[in-house]
Amino acid sequence: MTTVSSGVPAIEIAGLDKSFGSVKALDGLDLTVPTGEVAGFLGPNGAGKSTTIRVLLGLLRSDAGVARMFGRDVWHDAVELHRHITYVPGDVSLWPNLTGGECIDYLTRLRGTADKKALRARRAELLERFELDPRKKARTYSKGNRQKVALVAAFLSDADLYILDEPTAGLDPLMESVFTDYVREAKEAGRSVLLSSHILSEVEKVCDTVTIIRNGTAVEHGTLDELRHLTRSNVTAVVGSDPAPLARLDAVNDLQVTAHDGGTRVTFDADNADIAGVLRAVTALGVHSITVTPPSLEELFMRHYGDVIEADEVAAEVAADGVPSDRAARKAARRAAKKAGVR
Amino acid sequence: MSAVATAPAGPAVPTIGRARFGSTLTGTGRMIRFILRRDRVRIFWWTFSIVAFYLYFMAALGTFDAEAMAGRAALMETPSGIAMGGPGYGVEDYTPERAVANEGITWWVIALGVMSILHMVRHTRTEEESSRSELVRANVVGRHAPAVAAIATLTLVNALIAVFSAGIIVAIGGEYVTVADSFGLTVGVALASMVFGVVAFVFAQLTVHGRGAIGLSMAVLGAAFFARAAGDMMETHGSPLSWSSPFAWAQQMRPFVDLIWWPALLSVAVIVLLLLLGSFLASRRDFGGGMLAERAGRAEAGGSLAGPVALAWRQQRWALFWCSLGLGLMWFATGTMLPDIADLMRDMVESNPLVGAVFGNDPDGFVTAFLGIMLLYGILCVAAYAIVMGGRAKAEESAGRAEIVLARPLARSTWYGAQLLVAGIGTVVMTAVTVYAMWAGGVAVGDETFSFGDYTEVLWPYLPAALCYLGFTAVLYAWFPKATGLGWLLLVYGFVIGMFGSLIEDLPEAANYANPLYWVPEAFVESPEPSHMIGLGVAVVVLFGLAFLGFRRRDIPAV
Repeated sequence: MTTVSSGVPAIEIAGLDKSFGSVKALDGLDLTVPTGEVAGFLGPNGAGKSTTIRVLLGLLRSDAGVARMFGRDVWHDAVELHRHITYVPGDVSLWPNLTGGECIDYLTRLRGTADKKALRARRAELLERFELDPRKKARTYSKGNRQKVALVAAFLSDADLYILDEPTAGLDPLMESVFTDYVREAKEAGRSVLLSSHILSEVEKVCDTVTIIRNGTAVEHGTLDELRHLTRSNVTAVVGSDPAPLARLDAVNDLQVTAHDGGTRVTFDADNADIAGVLRAVTALGVHSITVTPPSLEELFMRHYGDVIEADEVAAEVAADGVPSDRAARKAARRAAKKAGVR
Repeated sequence: MSAVATAPAGPAVPTIGRARFGSTLTGTGRMIRFILRRDRVRIFWWTFSIVAFYLYFMAALGTFDAEAMAGRAALMETPSGIAMGGPGYGVEDYTPERAVANEGITWWVIALGVMSILHMVRHTRTEEESSRSELVRANVVGRHAPAVAAIATLTLVNALIAVFSAGIIVAIGGEYVTVADSFGLTVGVALASMVFGVVAFVFAQLTVHGRGAIGLSMAVLGAAFFARAAGDMMETHGSPLSWSSPFAWAQQMRPFVDLIWWPALLSVAVIVLLLLLGSFLASRRDFGGGMLAERAGRAEAGGSLAGPVALAWRQQRWALFWCSLGLGLMWFATGTMLPDIADLMRDMVESNPLVGAVFGNDPDGFVTAFLGIMLLYGILCVAAYAIVMGGRAKAEESAGRAEIVLARPLARSTWYGAQLLVAGIGTVVMTAVTVYAMWAGGVAVGDETFSFGDYTEVLWPYLPAALCYLGFTAVLYAWFPKATGLGWLLLVYGFVIGMFGSLIEDLPEAANYANPLYWVPEAFVESPEPSHMIGLGVAVVVLFGLAFLGFRRRDIPAV
């Protein structure tokens, strides 16, 4: 095993820019993954996730900014760095005339290995766990099977950093759980992982921190708990008195009131930042029952993007009219206030 | 009945009829239209190319006078003439249309046979192998509709080509060209080609992968070619061995000599039998299933598959093998024609001054001039190989395979170097095969105009020139990946300048400088100019250097 000096982050990206012609794929991206951490990397299609990863792999040359892994420049020291990392793309393409086993061995031999015996044992174990037949020609593999070839090759290598770009696309839920097992194993062994994914439950299961990017910029970063704090929890309660005071609270959104046996049923989303005030108000109404559900990562993601999409609408309206409309201005002001309050 | 109309809808239970007769063919008409729509450009180019080939062949032979035709007829009676041409009907009194029939049928059956094989497999097994056919078959489409539509369209395309080709022959043919003979020629070709298409239909039922069906069908086509050639060599006008081949069924109709129609019935009978066999197999197999099991490959890579050079070799070796074999045989056959070439050339130059401009007017120099032109053709084929192989790196990159390899501890220059090294070795091998195959062909028929050493002296100056084509493509790929295809420009330029440069008056000498072949000495006549050879060598080094420089600094994937 190779040791890497501690204290240096596994991935360190600051102010990274990358343009393809007139399209700005990365726009001042910041991203840090400390060693030993499993970092989730989220964003809609075209947000710049794969571009970021290809910059990290030294395949794309950044226009500006810093990109380092283990303190080394990703472009200049690419080959040396690649001895310590492993990569799984989201859409694996293999050599059609090679069998899956040959592809795995070829990729493994490019890294070189000391302990051949241990490697064989681990190879057999991985093939069995991922239920992959290595004797078939790569041309006959389905997408899921090609993905498995890349995963087996990745987990065969004794890497310090795993860079995984939507690695489970095309895998069934059973295989996905095998994958999460191996990610956890890597984490327990102190390895670092950058996991770009669309499957939010997967990210929730294994990731310590989450970074959400959009249009090439990191828009949120933190632990899941921290991110949850930024958003709203769903509150459902049955109260004794008139819930009108709740409607006046800024922290209460989308309030719905229905009649219920022996009281009134209220459902709303509460800003986590002021959850204490909201609970006080609810308590004052005489609570019969209450459930508070934290947002799932999916809700968080959707809400975040819903928010940004709204912002885009404002921008579009401003652009169209020259002046922001009343509605748009109100929305923008509310959002600005909220952001300021939270930070 | 308003009460019924307002009642809430119950669960929907459609009335489903019983299968009607012929329901397995439902949708055939729509599928035929769809195939024609999908292939319209392809069908146009196939038809256009084949008809243009007939036109060119007829027109070119029309410029021959009687003496030249007699010389050509003599060449057609040699073994290589029989192998590359036909059974030799009408050589006693060779006319352009007889030559077209005798020499052309082989090549049209090969071309249209390949077209038919690709058409059948593309619309049956390849569709099934991808998920496309599944989408179609889940619709209101009968089980046999896709295959029947493929066969129907294949028949249509072959008929279309036969009609247009016959039309062009009648249109430009002389007084002895009859409509019946013209159709005898093109219909015979169409039916023989259809045989190979139907062979592919049968194989498409047996193999799981389109590639397998294509490979097996091509093997049948190749075997049929050799059976006909060998059979005709054994006996004038064909032996029983010839008659085992669909090629003979078209040739033995003897158009323009003594037209008989019944050999065409052999093609028809075999087509019908194979169609019955194919449908029998098709009704008994599962969707996506085959009858020949896919052989399991290696579970572990052999020890030699280590490193990018080994992998590039794995990727390119079969292309190199087949190109060497195919082109090698072709140049070998060319070599076997050498003893007869001087006579033929003399006649040709006398009848056509344009030929004299290309090959020179000195009768003794004909063999040298002929070899020179053949070597130019040969080296242009090598250049084409180099350009294609130079583009392999691009294919690796666009498919995403370069990415997963470069994410491993592998320097870019090592990976690219491996690709270029294997392509370069292939180019060198192809050059040697081209030159020595001509030598071997000559030796085989006792021609000793030039020795092995002479050929070797001709060979080596070609090597740096051939590598220039690879280097040029490599530079384009490294710096302007989207323009990799422009590598062909250098070849087209060299071809035009090399073939027709002497026909253009006042062509400035400098126009030749960009043509790598300009710097190569004239074969068997000049000795290499040291400064030219050094210049070519420097050009190769500079091109490869530039390629590495560009590839090191650009984005991947850029294409």
